[in-house]
Amino acid sequence: MSLYTEIGGEPAVNAAVDIFYRKVLQDDRIKHFFDGVDMSKQASKQKAFLTMAFGGPHNYTGEDMRKGHAALVTRGLNDSHFDAIMEHLGATLTELKVPGNLIAQAAAIAESTRKDVLGK
Amino acid sequence: MPKVIYGGQSYECGEQSVLVCLTAQGVHIPSSCHSGLCQTCMMQAVSGNIPEKAKAGLTDTLVAQNYFLPCVCYPQDDIEVELPDASMGKLAAQITGVEYLNADILGIRIKPSHPFEYKAGQFINFFKDEYTARSYSLASVPALEDELFLNVRKVPNGQVSGWIFDNIKAGDTVTISEAVGDCFYVPGKPEQNILLIGTGSGLAPLYGIIRDALRNGHTGKISLYHGSYNIDGFYLVEELRKLAQAHSNFSYVPCVSEGEAPQGYAPGMVLDVALKDNPELSGWRVFLCGHPEMVKSAQQKTFFAGASMRDIFADPF
Repeated sequence: MSLYTEIGGEPAVNAAVDIFYRKVLQDDRIKHFFDGVDMSKQASKQKAFLTMAFGGPHNYTGEDMRKGHAALVTRGLNDSHFDAIMEHLGATLTELKVPGNLIAQAAAIAESTRKDVLGK
Repeated sequence: MPKVIYGGQSYECGEQSVLVCLTAQGVHIPSSCHSGLCQTCMMQAVSGNIPEKAKAGLTDTLVAQNYFLPCVCYPQDDIEVELPDASMGKLAAQITGVEYLNADILGIRIKPSHPFEYKAGQFINFFKDEYTARSYSLASVPALEDELFLNVRKVPNGQVSGWIFDNIKAGDTVTISEAVGDCFYVPGKPEQNILLIGTGSGLAPLYGIIRDALRNGHTGKISLYHGSYNIDGFYLVEELRKLAQAHSNFSYVPCVSEGEAPQGYAPGMVLDVALKDNPELSGWRVFLCGHPEMVKSAQQKTFFAGASMRDIFADPF
């Protein structure tokens, strides 16, 4: 069984996206990156990110990740902010009572995008 | 083999997604994730059956307007599609009534020249001339009244609102657009609680949405908070109080942000009052209309109070 199926597929993503996005927007370390963005459009992007981390279907390439975050990197996006996102991903899945071994797999997928997201 | 009709042309779709089919033929559709998630490529169906999978993740109001995601749409039959807002046709309409709702807001009633489909809370463009138009929300409910009802606020030096205040009278013929927007009531989940927050003429769409929900037999709470600096800024007060008397699940709280609040009015900023009364919004549907700063702040605060992003509908103007 794939990680995506084991975590619970699209319903799991839907359950996670509100929880995750609330944590992100309330975190003083990273919330300024979201100033002025359209909240509902941003929520769709958060959903795409979570789907990818859950091992679900996506077609994002490393190049997409670089392009999509380049403007944020010039505004100072760095490892500490990426760490904050990883923290919220873990906390969201814990809150949803996802087993630890699956959380570890999702975290590893998210972690694999670090270099591209930070433009390294 | 199913065909996709777009811009008057017909394309063989075969086993491909609608997005791949159109893109391969040189049609430019903005897209990003190609997985039915990011909603960048969203299109609207004009006719034909759109598979359920191509609507997954869209809000109820987008689905009600036949929006879908072409990147995950594999049609079984012929469909006709277009990009959003391409259909905003114009039509002539006759002004049937003009009345002051308060010193700064005109109530305008309009009869379109031909039958006109819309949902209470959507908006139309109202044209001063070929190039100058402003958007106004629809406070009327199609099932309850034949005419469209707009609330036009006088904007200082406003090109269109100034012209409307100075010139428009009953009997005039004007040009309007068809209705668009996704801030409206979708029937279903009648027990869901609904919170509505508006400032100034942001009451217009909410007045339509509330009456549409009540007409559909909505049983959950419907709580309206309308904000103004002072008591002179309110309108439709009698109508809303009557509605609250007739429907025990509907409540109306006008909020005065500056100075004294007389009996029947709550003192304070409308968003603060609404959240103080309703601190826990898990499972609620939320409508926010009016001043852009209020709407933006309310979007975030109602989300933090537990409302799901999918259930928050905002219309800043």
